[in-house]
Amino acid sequence: MSSYPVPQTTPIPEAREGSSGSENHTNYLSAGYTLKSWLLTVDHKRIAVLYLLGITFFFVIGGIFALLIRLELMTPKGDLVSSDTYNRLFTQHGLIMIFLFLIPAIPGVFGNFLIPLMVGARDLAFPKINLASWYMFMIGGGFMLAAIFTGGVDTGWTFYTPYSTTFANSSVILAGLGAFIVGFSSVFTGLNFAVTIHKMRCPGLTWFRLPLFVWAHYATSLIMLLGTPVVAITVLLVAIERIWGVGIFDPRIGGDPILFQHLFWFYSHPAVYIMILPAMGVMSELFSTFSRKPVFGYSFIAASSLAIAIVGFFVWGHHMLVSGQSEFAGLIFSALSFLVAIPSAVKVFNWTATLYKGSISFQAPMIYAFGFIGLFAIGGLTGLFLACLGMDYHVHDTYFVVAHFHYVMVGATIMGFLGALHYWWPKMFGKMYSEGWAQFAAVVIFLGFNFTFFPQFLLGYLGMPRHYHEYVPEFQILHILSSAGAMLLGVGYLIPGVYLTYSFFYGKKAPANPWGATGLEWQTSSPPPTHNFEKTPVVTGEPYDYSRVESVPNVAS
Amino acid sequence: MNHIMPGHIVPVRVYLAVFCALVVLTVLTVKVAYVDLGLLNTPLALGIASVKAMLVVLYFMHARYSPRLILLVVIVSAFTLILLFAFTLSDYLTRGQIVLPIQ
Amino acid sequence: MSQVSSPYLAHHFEDLEQQQESASLGMWLFLVTEVMFFGGLFAAYAVYRTIYPGPFHAGSHLLDVRLGGLNTAVLITSSLTMALAVHAAQTGHRKALLRYLFLTIALGTVFFIVKGFEWHHKYVEHHIPGPSFHYEGPSDPHRVQLFFVLYFCMTGLHALHVLLGIGAMLWLVLLAYRGKFSTEWYTPVELVGLYWHFVDIVWIYLFPLLYLLGRH
Repeated sequence: MSSYPVPQTTPIPEAREGSSGSENHTNYLSAGYTLKSWLLTVDHKRIAVLYLLGITFFFVIGGIFALLIRLELMTPKGDLVSSDTYNRLFTQHGLIMIFLFLIPAIPGVFGNFLIPLMVGARDLAFPKINLASWYMFMIGGGFMLAAIFTGGVDTGWTFYTPYSTTFANSSVILAGLGAFIVGFSSVFTGLNFAVTIHKMRCPGLTWFRLPLFVWAHYATSLIMLLGTPVVAITVLLVAIERIWGVGIFDPRIGGDPILFQHLFWFYSHPAVYIMILPAMGVMSELFSTFSRKPVFGYSFIAASSLAIAIVGFFVWGHHMLVSGQSEFAGLIFSALSFLVAIPSAVKVFNWTATLYKGSISFQAPMIYAFGFIGLFAIGGLTGLFLACLGMDYHVHDTYFVVAHFHYVMVGATIMGFLGALHYWWPKMFGKMYSEGWAQFAAVVIFLGFNFTFFPQFLLGYLGMPRHYHEYVPEFQILHILSSAGAMLLGVGYLIPGVYLTYSFFYGKKAPANPWGATGLEWQTSSPPPTHNFEKTPVVTGEPYDYSRVESVPNVAS
Repeated sequence: MNHIMPGHIVPVRVYLAVFCALVVLTVLTVKVAYVDLGLLNTPLALGIASVKAMLVVLYFMHARYSPRLILLVVIVSAFTLILLFAFTLSDYLTRGQIVLPIQ
Repeated sequence: MSQVSSPYLAHHFEDLEQQQESASLGMWLFLVTEVMFFGGLFAAYAVYRTIYPGPFHAGSHLLDVRLGGLNTAVLITSSLTMALAVHAAQTGHRKALLRYLFLTIALGTVFFIVKGFEWHHKYVEHHIPGPSFHYEGPSDPHRVQLFFVLYFCMTGLHALHVLLGIGAMLWLVLLAYRGKFSTEWYTPVELVGLYWHFVDIVWIYLFPLLYLLGRH
């Protein structure tokens, strides 16, 4: 009998044949052109586009701070900016990139757009809360920008006490409030995803028939719900201590600054899994589609997403190994941190095994996927170096750490984001992008990235501390290499900005399923109609079943 | 067509019984607090509070009559909370126990 | 399956059961975030109580157990009246629903007033942390002040939630008065009920931890 989802609808003809001209059906983009129809939308697909605009805006600002940092670091003397200004540069770069890009990006754009489609629903469980989450994101971002433009923030993105509570002479409260409000965005998103996945799967769609992208976002939602509130109260306590003049982290009354670190990292470590799990979900989709093979070890990958989310809550103290926390606690956290590498490794092995005897093609999304594997391997493995107590005593607070987290956050998460952006671009906007330019940009980004951050491992190992803008002259050559790489990376990021925008207006019309992929989102038109499906789909087969999908249409641009 | 919203209707007498139990437990916890039981006082106080909380969760909040998923949600959140307490306290309770050799 | 959809059915749900279960699960998950939100404060309290037992006992002694106990009774009773309000909504008794909502609001307000009394006492006795804080006694005054910082943060956050709950119930009163609820749809009552019970549970833990530990 029929194996993979056969929706009750007939495919929309003009989407298949690529005929030009106006729609016979309206899609979600053409369903209204007024500002009000966008700013008051409850359509998850429009909200996804709103998120895309927002995160791109904040990414540019965060990127500008990064370029200023790299510019300063080209010379050993602190001659471009003062120390106070430099403190603000790296703090604000971190705050914006983490809270306003890495955490919301893939869930806010692709989770929002795709989860209802992938589960065969007409929208997320709570459409108005979805819109509220975007407003929380933008308002929180507004507070962050306000902090930046009213004196800046110089505490480091981690707000460590007692500097942040007692001594910092900068807009800590505004920034903290910004983080607090953006936290609501995260919580609302996680809540929506979790309820949707539990309650709104279409008939026949059991848990183990879900795309792995959905599993990844489900695990992410758990972290968003359980972790975010703890950093919210912590940041609030910092603000209270600043305002009130006395607080629970104040050593003068017996408060312990390390307690702040415990509460802060209880969220902020799982937060890094909020950043990476959605990208891993993307990878499962990409590796499958571009090898035309089911993902190897589906249930192991699904389980590993949950395992990462759960074990990720047990390891936060590895950020505090030299803080003054007890050595015994350090031992426990170090050992558990090794444990959390296992499910990540399971994923990497399974994706690699997916490639074996697959029919592999190298369109831009797949280039990003390969980039992800390499960069995540390096980033993840260097995480193990840092988890190792003895090693961490030497490289904590050096550029080794900076390189590690950029490999996983930029190397892996942004590869995931860009891979997703290219893969689902035809679905979201109904247009094909220029494949040649996309492949070129992917390679430039990969090269630029490695030139930027690989030297930083060496710098850190050799002893260059983080947060410093002055350094010994011996380090300059590595810094120049890194800064040159950063320029290349910046250029690489600009290229998609150009061809994707061009494609939005002038690109070739996209068919419903340009990649020959499996998944319910490809069974509806590109772009989808507002209500997603003409009739609720019924799933009768296993995921990633390519026998039912027609061969890849010719999509060369 | 007049539908009835799905949802279990708990009889009023159950609510009253739970209320009485909560009042009794409150009196108990106050009385016990004035008795010196050494190390047992804190776990006992937390234990009684937890029994009260479970009664509210199961009966007032209908968890007993809701899909199993809801109970799973309660258990997971309790577990995460305990995790936060336990691992944080593991730092404070073991400070100074392992002393690294100073070079 | 009936094709006549209820006017209460939102466009993206298949049927009322899915809608109601989703709403309920959504509220429970929101309460999970609230548990973790308060949890950070409780963790801080656990740490400092453990490392400063003497000063924290001293601070605890400076609180009024009778007022704390009264507030506990008030909130527990308000949980009962809230449960009865939901029951009234489920069985379509609009007048009873309004009555029990008003009772719950009244009890919540009593809680707030008693709390105000307590805080006023603290103000008069110079136990509010800050430049005017003053403690005379055998324990370290700094650590006692730390106790009171936590006391005010925890009871303050809780009181804020009580206030928001009262606001939500006033909104329910408005809707109930206009006859919006019936046996077919009373979801907001159920959801606010869940929230109110959570607020009660937080106090169930706050009372012994803040007022009772160390009384012996």
